[in-house]
Amino acid sequence: MAAKTKKPLDRKLVNRLELIGSYSVIAIMFVIILYPLAWALGISLNTGTGVYGASIIPDNITFEHYAWLFTDPRSNYLLWYRNTLIVAFSVTIIATFMIALTAYAFSRYRFKGRKNGLYAFLLLQMFPVLMAMVAIYILLNTVNLLDSLLGLIIIYVGGAIPMNAFLVKGYFDTIPRELDESAKIDGAGHFRIFFQIMLPLAKPILAVVALFNFMAPFMDFILPRIVLRSPENFTLALGLFNFVNDQFANNFTRFAAGAILIAVPIALVYLFLQRYLISGLTSGATKG
Amino acid sequence: MAAKKERDPNTIVVNPKHNPTVAALLSIIPGLGQAYNKRFIKGAALFILFAAFVIAAVDFMSNGLQGLITLGEVPREDDSRVFLSNGIISLILLTFFIAFYVLNIQDALKDAKRIQLGWQVPNIREGFKNAWDTGFPYLLVGPGLLLLVFVVIFPLMFMVFLAFTNYNLYNAPPRNLLEWVGFQNFINLFTISEWRNTFINVLSWTLIWTFVATTLQIALALFLATIVNDPRIKFKKLIRTVFILPWAVPAFTTIIIFSALFNDNFGAINTGIIQPIFGTGIPWLTDATWTRIAIIMIQVWLGFPFVYALFTGVLQSISADWYEAADIDGASRIQKFRHITFPHVMFATAPLLIMQYSFNFNNFNIIYLFNQGGPAVRGQTAGGSDILISWIYGLTFENQQFNMAAAISIILGLLVASFAFFQFRRSRSFKEEGTF
Repeated sequence: MAAKTKKPLDRKLVNRLELIGSYSVIAIMFVIILYPLAWALGISLNTGTGVYGASIIPDNITFEHYAWLFTDPRSNYLLWYRNTLIVAFSVTIIATFMIALTAYAFSRYRFKGRKNGLYAFLLLQMFPVLMAMVAIYILLNTVNLLDSLLGLIIIYVGGAIPMNAFLVKGYFDTIPRELDESAKIDGAGHFRIFFQIMLPLAKPILAVVALFNFMAPFMDFILPRIVLRSPENFTLALGLFNFVNDQFANNFTRFAAGAILIAVPIALVYLFLQRYLISGLTSGATKG
Repeated sequence: MAAKKERDPNTIVVNPKHNPTVAALLSIIPGLGQAYNKRFIKGAALFILFAAFVIAAVDFMSNGLQGLITLGEVPREDDSRVFLSNGIISLILLTFFIAFYVLNIQDALKDAKRIQLGWQVPNIREGFKNAWDTGFPYLLVGPGLLLLVFVVIFPLMFMVFLAFTNYNLYNAPPRNLLEWVGFQNFINLFTISEWRNTFINVLSWTLIWTFVATTLQIALALFLATIVNDPRIKFKKLIRTVFILPWAVPAFTTIIIFSALFNDNFGAINTGIIQPIFGTGIPWLTDATWTRIAIIMIQVWLGFPFVYALFTGVLQSISADWYEAADIDGASRIQKFRHITFPHVMFATAPLLIMQYSFNFNNFNIIYLFNQGGPAVRGQTAGGSDILISWIYGLTFENQQFNMAAAISIILGLLVASFAFFQFRRSRSFKEEGTF
């Protein structure tokens, strides 16, 4: 340390100055991070729907926008919530199951086309689904699934497979092979090994994958925007986006209220499970 | 295994009369080769499967492939898009058919060779068990693969084909028929000056955006992680929770909130900070350069927490011995950072950091939600802050220039694919994969 040769008093001073510097950087970051979030919360408590007269500390706090979302006949908020939940649950269940099956095959079996399949998955997960949006639109149109939640679910599930199968395969690879081989010697069939040995052992990573798939429909607005047309089929993200898309400034307090209502639960989930989520993402990239 | 035995010079040919070539040739009609190998049930099953497929699909496939060439002949009646998609489905089916056909011939050839060497054809029970064992992985992969083909591969192929047609606002089915135009769209993209200028502008901004936003994101995360990791700092848990908040709150809501905060007229950043200090507001949403600066700042806000969390994990795992040894050698703080902290952190997180770059390269949400790619720029179809992916979106859904959008998508795809190839070849998992 530079302060080593100096007098003890100096070292103490340097020490204190450094700490002040560090804490002020942290304090500045706190302000930068919290201000926009606090601002949104403040706006949602303002009276009136516009953002012009609204301020971060409203003169009279009102929950009218929250009430409007739930009670007003013109508000589709509850319907959007229901749609999002339908999509999220279906995607989570179907995608997680299919991902587990695929990952298990790639991790434990050696079959023709395996290597090429792995390469294809790696490549496909680099392409954003968005790149093929024209075709998705036309495809869903021809099979009459445009403007339906089912169409959206199918696209989500299909898009989730290459990405997450790799994550889960990486995890399966770390489970010792002796386990399933000894079960095989004991006469367990393929399905028995999969359901009774591999799936329970892979619970942590499957939970992460399920969570990611569950969250995606709450946060994605662009795919629903391509697929869904009528307001009663919207998901939350798309509905809220349309609030501000039409007349940006005039609906902003309602948007803020609706946004807070989804941001809070999602943020809580992320904060509580952050270690698992981050370790899931990390292991996927380095081990997968 | 059969191949290994065959190469072995000591192997005695037990059944010289059983000819593998005959088996392979007979398999031109699927099942016959297997019958020649005396595997009658397998042969019959194969024959029925192939016959059923041919009877069911041959009409659809020949029509589909023909349609793929003509793209429809009667204007206003034939929808070229339907022809195109049927044609692609036919191509996919054909690929599967050829793959199974080749597998069928290989199977007959392999069995015949084994019989020649004295292998006993298994009885029906064993045959079923073997088929179940080798077929099981395909059963597992099957449903996912099917979905993948229709939801990901089919749309990508459709897009590739569109790039070679003249599908745009003025020539759109079902009113008009599409035609194949070869590489004309690509030639236009590089020779017509409006397209070329737009393309160069958008591509260079995409690269700058990816590099600057991601690097700043990582630099800020590293800086904060090093500061907070100092043992003298207290309340680490609280600091971590707040720092992770931007990652935890759904990005689409925060981006919209930011776009209100940055609004030229009523945004709090102009009215609260810029105007009191500098006298006039900054045109965040109407000037391209300012929009770009704002977007980069917002992305740093959104993106640093995840990297910060990664770095904190790595920093805590660096053994204290390293620093003690450095202290004994009299290393300065900067030297310790450069030679211990930095290499450790970068080595442990490199693949994830590269993923951050590729994420930002296609980060549609922030570009679109903040200013819809705007502000508009005179004489080009892309706005001032459009990156490739959002330009493609605009071309598709706002300008209906489907052919050009598809051509640019292909270029984007090639960029992404070559990047992916480069990155995955170096990645550990594939090197380990080879050891199996």
